[in-house]
Amino acid sequence: MRGVERFASARRDRHGDGAPRRQEKRRPAARGSLKGKGAAYVAGHMQALLHSLGRMAQRPLSSAMTVAVIGIALALPTGLHVILQNLQGVSAGWENTAQMSLFLKQDVPQEAAERLRARLEGMTEIAEVVHISPQQALDEFRTTSGFGTALDSLQENPLPTVLVVQPRLEFNDPRLLQSLRERMQALPEVDMAQLDMEWIERLFAIMEIGRRGVLILGVLLSLAVLLIVGNTIRLAIQNRREEIEVQKLIGATDAFIRRPFLYNGFWHGLFGAMTAWLLVSISMALLNGPVSRLSLLYDSSRTLSGLGIAASLSLLLAGILLGLVGAWVAVGRNLREIEPG
Amino acid sequence: MIRFDNVGKRYAGAREALAGVSFHLEAGEMAFLTGHSGAGKSTLLKLIAMLERASYGQVFFNGQNITRIGKRRIPYLRREIGIIFQNYKLLNDRTVFDNVALPLVIAGFSYQEIRRRVRAALDKVGLLDKEKRYPVMLSGGEQQRVGVARAVVNKPPLLLADEPTGNLDPALSEEMMHLFEQFNQVGVTVLIASHDLDLISRMNHRVFTLGQGRMIADQRPVTVS
Repeated sequence: MRGVERFASARRDRHGDGAPRRQEKRRPAARGSLKGKGAAYVAGHMQALLHSLGRMAQRPLSSAMTVAVIGIALALPTGLHVILQNLQGVSAGWENTAQMSLFLKQDVPQEAAERLRARLEGMTEIAEVVHISPQQALDEFRTTSGFGTALDSLQENPLPTVLVVQPRLEFNDPRLLQSLRERMQALPEVDMAQLDMEWIERLFAIMEIGRRGVLILGVLLSLAVLLIVGNTIRLAIQNRREEIEVQKLIGATDAFIRRPFLYNGFWHGLFGAMTAWLLVSISMALLNGPVSRLSLLYDSSRTLSGLGIAASLSLLLAGILLGLVGAWVAVGRNLREIEPG
Repeated sequence: MIRFDNVGKRYAGAREALAGVSFHLEAGEMAFLTGHSGAGKSTLLKLIAMLERASYGQVFFNGQNITRIGKRRIPYLRREIGIIFQNYKLLNDRTVFDNVALPLVIAGFSYQEIRRRVRAALDKVGLLDKEKRYPVMLSGGEQQRVGVARAVVNKPPLLLADEPTGNLDPALSEEMMHLFEQFNQVGVTVLIASHDLDLISRMNHRVFTLGQGRMIADQRPVTVS
């Protein structure tokens, strides 16, 4: 038979020195050139990568549903993170407007108030001080409050002289502002120094809760993604039980068998993250109109900032990592159970 | 090539599948393993391929004691053994070519090398024209030949076959046995578990007979001078 001879000669070729082959110690790793091995190794990985993608494409509906679930799970914390980021941007603008009102004692004359204003403006912590006399305050109150006639009936002006202190930006830190307030309070002319900041502190406290909440939600939903990917991979392993058995029978290492499933997790994570990115971007686009209308009402032209490049890359990376870890756990648990025999 | 030294195998809660079996199959030999069902033929083959571990005694492969080798080394041991199954164990969602290529893919051969070797193996079993078919499109005999091609494509020094003719008619069975003889002639050690005594008696090879887990006969082939 011609085939046998060719087969036999192919065998003999490998033992060209004429030594009887049965005495040769066969070392699988020694076959082929090292370069060829490396190329084959890379090709093997590429093949497993594309093969696992092909397997997903064979079941488009169930793959798409799994990816969508992962996408939504990832989109929730991502979207909340973006919203918080935007709130922080808004409040950073407000933080700069933290100011202090010094209500002077009634017996302080306007000239003394003006001297104090000049002195305070000379301080390094302070950018600007505006002097509002009781008359100015009353006029302003009259025009804005609508109590004009009621105010006219007052015998004398009850309003105190006010110095509005605008601290420099670099001193815009709650603790520094607090110590500045205490020093102002200690001034003999000052009746009361009030820092218009409590509401900002409250906002920051609320945002801290929000940030913590997003973190917790992120951890929980990441766990959910791990479970989803893990379960998907577990099912894939069960479906290919027979194939895995055959592979083990003919000498496949655990790493070889694991590979396509890990890539399967990789793809699920990547596509899930891409879906999440899309969902967040679409939501931001939908919210942008109303937000800019709202900010117009506040005399500002603020628009929502979406996911930046860094955040987008982090999202993709997180998705891939969750996919790989989920697959790794599932593979470790389930491949051990499958043994031929 | 294979040496058993007082090997026994007990399954949990069952009688001994193998009891005190000793034999030595030399490299380059071809031998049959017979016995009634349940005599321990499959268990013996499983111990060689490390699908099971011996309860006691020593198993040697190629001069190496494999009785207690580590789990991580088992895949590399199995690459030295071509195994043929009664139910073929082919992957039905892959072509004949891909099925035969699997051991080479696992061992990390380059694509050119894989194609060359798969073609040679398929040519050897006479299925070169069916490489693009799927296993279900082939007859039982052809599927078994695909299994043989897959077992030999990696050029292992040892071929194990577990009832390779169990699902084949007498003519195909005889053809299959001659195929094994041809591999044996180019230096491959062959061990075939079979209860087809009629066929075995017509071929002049060493015959091990198992009975209730014990080696009850070891008939050497008749040497023609």
